[in-house]
Amino acid sequence: MATTTATTLRLATAGSVDDGKSTLIGRLLYDAKSVLADQLEQVAEASKRRNGDGEIDLSLLTDGLRAEREQGITIDVAYRYFATARRRFILADCPGHVQYTRNMLTGASTADLAIVLVDARNGVVEQTRRHAFIASLLGIRHIVLAVNKMDLVDFSEDRFDEISRDFCEFARGLTGVRDVAYIPIDAKHGDNVVHGSERMPWYGGVTMLEHLETVEVAGDHDDGRLRFPVQWVIRDPESGEREYAGQVAGGTVRAGDEVVVLPAGVRTTIADVRTLDGSLDAAEAPRSVTVTLADDVDVARGDMLCGAADAPEPVREIEADVCWMADAPLRPRGRYALKLGTQSVRVIADELIDVLDVHTLDRGAAPAELAANDIGRVRLRVSRPVVADAYEANRATGAFILIDETTNDTVAAGMVSRA
Amino acid sequence: MSRTLTHLDALESEAIHIMREVAAELEKPVLLFSGGKDSIVLLRLAEKAFRPGRFPFPLMHVDTGHNFPEVIEYRDRRVAELGERLIVASVQESIDAGRVTEETGVGASRNRLQTTTLLDAIEEHGFDAAFGGARRDEERARAKERIFSFRDDFGGWDPRAQRPEPWNLYNGRVRRGESVRVFPLSNWTELDVWSYIEREGLELPNIYFAHEREVFARDGMLYATADFIERRPEEEPFVETVRYRTVGDMSCTGAVRSDAATLPEVVAEIAATRVTERGETRADDRVSEAAMEDRKVAGYF
Repeated sequence: MATTTATTLRLATAGSVDDGKSTLIGRLLYDAKSVLADQLEQVAEASKRRNGDGEIDLSLLTDGLRAEREQGITIDVAYRYFATARRRFILADCPGHVQYTRNMLTGASTADLAIVLVDARNGVVEQTRRHAFIASLLGIRHIVLAVNKMDLVDFSEDRFDEISRDFCEFARGLTGVRDVAYIPIDAKHGDNVVHGSERMPWYGGVTMLEHLETVEVAGDHDDGRLRFPVQWVIRDPESGEREYAGQVAGGTVRAGDEVVVLPAGVRTTIADVRTLDGSLDAAEAPRSVTVTLADDVDVARGDMLCGAADAPEPVREIEADVCWMADAPLRPRGRYALKLGTQSVRVIADELIDVLDVHTLDRGAAPAELAANDIGRVRLRVSRPVVADAYEANRATGAFILIDETTNDTVAAGMVSRA
Repeated sequence: MSRTLTHLDALESEAIHIMREVAAELEKPVLLFSGGKDSIVLLRLAEKAFRPGRFPFPLMHVDTGHNFPEVIEYRDRRVAELGERLIVASVQESIDAGRVTEETGVGASRNRLQTTTLLDAIEEHGFDAAFGGARRDEERARAKERIFSFRDDFGGWDPRAQRPEPWNLYNGRVRRGESVRVFPLSNWTELDVWSYIEREGLELPNIYFAHEREVFARDGMLYATADFIERRPEEEPFVETVRYRTVGDMSCTGAVRSDAATLPEVVAEIAATRVTERGETRADDRVSEAAMEDRKVAGYF
């Protein structure tokens, strides 16, 4: 069946308050015919109650919480699902406000592509740069700069070019971003979202949806080296055989592969790769499988099987960019639990190296602390050796969270810069 | 490097990863199994995650006493086939014990009452994680919910203070009395669920397929007749060929007119539908604009 084999694109949207993000998504869903009759009826009724006019407010499709509808803002990420004949889409609609950066990060962390929205009247503003920077920090390789509300600047090509140039200059400094698409749109009336625009005949590019359908994202998440974090050990009650269960985090695992069990450093060979449906020749990321090993070695949750030829060195210290998400600040000597893949260890923040100035995106001098929504580089000492890759090499084995063990809150999202 | 996983393979792998994380990190999980299609998919995923071992958790059904008999029969048969343990938490017992008061009259339902029964059972057994089959495409409050959804000591959801959940790094740490609801099917759509059921050849309760049934019309929906459902005088029962798109309580789950009698026919019908499953068949969501959000804050699935 064609619909089950189409590839999936995960995308995130971010923008400032009032630049029409929810309207854009509503338009995308509506014009892609992914809004069902009863949802539309609900939105039409709510639009009438709120705005009094006959126009359907498409932004009400995505703002799902009572408080969001009341205040007309997005507080937390909402997920939407739609499909065209070419592709399936998982869309994370993220809040743009700096106060909800942690929620934006939740939504954008799994995305292949980010749509950054600007209001054509305002052009590239601080939030635009911050959102694009966070997207690049998260390893998102593809950005769409959607210049919205073109109707309010008389569909001016000059204005669009000016904004595109501004952003292009800034984006040159974003490492890791492979391509930026610039699209002039009017989300409220649908121009260049799903359908082209008669009012902007000067625009020769594709519509937003066409771009989303065709952008190539394969290979964005890992550099191909085998990484298999062990999640769970299954013991066959009859044969007593042990199967190691996990999700392939990088590369491909095959029977016969020589692997090293980290952090112990023991070498062995993959005997079999299995699912409930039987043995596989190979399994690539991000497939969940079990493997058996040729030798009787000690393997448990938290261990990682890596290709013998390109295994990382276990480390006692990592440098990472963290986005701080708790109200209580991060200070030097702070102690936390770290979860990286299936590894859980304790860490001490030995050093705060720098903090990002969200206005200039310069990395400032060593700060005394990181406050909520700050992004900075830190050096963490771990209680026992961990196995990690740089985030740019592998998003699964280079990402971690920090947990405050007194409150159990998730207080930081981290990306390893050097392991 | 190519990614050859199909869309369903990717969803399956994500769900298996979630279930194994719960097994590894929580002390005492439970899987909520209603006999509905989503929880039937959850059971299949549990097999994929943990066989040839046993499930590292029991199954639990919150039985309102107003379930479709066909579904209860299916539930018991499926549990026996799997050889796993089923706990039945009974709303009738909550009523008998005076924990909740039965609604009466036309439109009475035990839907709200089951929240108390669920929370009591979670406390009684000391469960710190409960798998549910909810999906984000079902409803807009659910579209906002995390995969690991933290619940306080009262079972409540605080939509404005959800734990950040970047990547697939789930934080399942809870204190005594707190718990997480875990939704491995968060990123599945209704069509994905049906396509997966078809691909895996899963058996379903027969009420999901077109059959003749005595029904009556109310608020534009068709409800099954039953002893415990009070009808208004004008709500004359009649026989219609219907199937169910969702399976909840008989008192709040509507049937749809359909001739789809096989899985491929149902999948084709779902692919072409213009109405959401909850909008078409669930009276419990029609109460207000924020009906689901309010129920979740109170501890509902």
